[in-house]
Amino acid sequence: MALHATHRDAGQVTVVDLSGRIVLGDGSALLRKTIRGLLDEQRTMILLNLADVDYIDSSGIGELVSGFTAVKNRSGDLKLLHLTKKVKDLLQITKLYTVFDVFTDEGTALRSFG
Amino acid sequence: MASDTKHLEITLETQVESVNLAEEMCLRVAEAAGFGEDDCYRIGMSVREGVINAFHYGNQERADKKIHLAIDLTADKMIIHVLDEGTGFQLSDVPDPLAEENLLSTSGRGIFLMRAFMDEFAVISGRTGGAEIVMSKKLPTPGSTSPNGQGGQSATPQQEA
Repeated sequence: MALHATHRDAGQVTVVDLSGRIVLGDGSALLRKTIRGLLDEQRTMILLNLADVDYIDSSGIGELVSGFTAVKNRSGDLKLLHLTKKVKDLLQITKLYTVFDVFTDEGTALRSFG
Repeated sequence: MASDTKHLEITLETQVESVNLAEEMCLRVAEAAGFGEDDCYRIGMSVREGVINAFHYGNQERADKKIHLAIDLTADKMIIHVLDEGTGFQLSDVPDPLAEENLLSTSGRGIFLMRAFMDEFAVISGRTGGAEIVMSKKLPTPGSTSPNGQGGQSATPQQEA
């Protein structure tokens, strides 16, 4: 299933709703384009909603990390919301679960940006 | 090869589409062999990572090189071979993606995932001179009806936030 991405503003935070697979090829490319596009618009507080992302491969993980670093380099924050079990497991075994701020509630996530 | 071994082999182009094709093919074999949903996920992911490795690192994304995928289904396990036409590599040269200094690396997790998700994993020198990834998963035993079979030794999450 191809990746789809839409985004909406919630105050200073941009919530990106993703659905599909973040994998080598179009999926990873779309995630990169979306995050870079937001940074170009000075949107540096980004919450990725992964509720409908049930599959990420190593390329997708790399793209998440790349986006995280790019946002941090702009003094922003990239956080994750609603991980599916497979994605959560993947982030845990790769030790990235503690690198990212992960939330299960959108309101709490939005407030965490301060 | 034992007479009761089923063998399937395909030569793939060095292109992104081959990753999905290889995954789909192996998933069909795994499902037909009786693996549950979680094991199919782990096998599919491992095949993806093996072919991505061949595509990117082995064949350097060169269209004139091929990726050779083979599946052996023996009486007790599914064995997957992914062979590239690169120059090969040593596992000991692959950085540990869990090391603190590599955590924010944007690449280098494929080998780790294959090791975590499969029961056996090795990299040997292939007949092409490239690297041949050989990995296997034990077939579900009769009566083990759980669809949530465990993966390799490292598949259990190692930390909790």
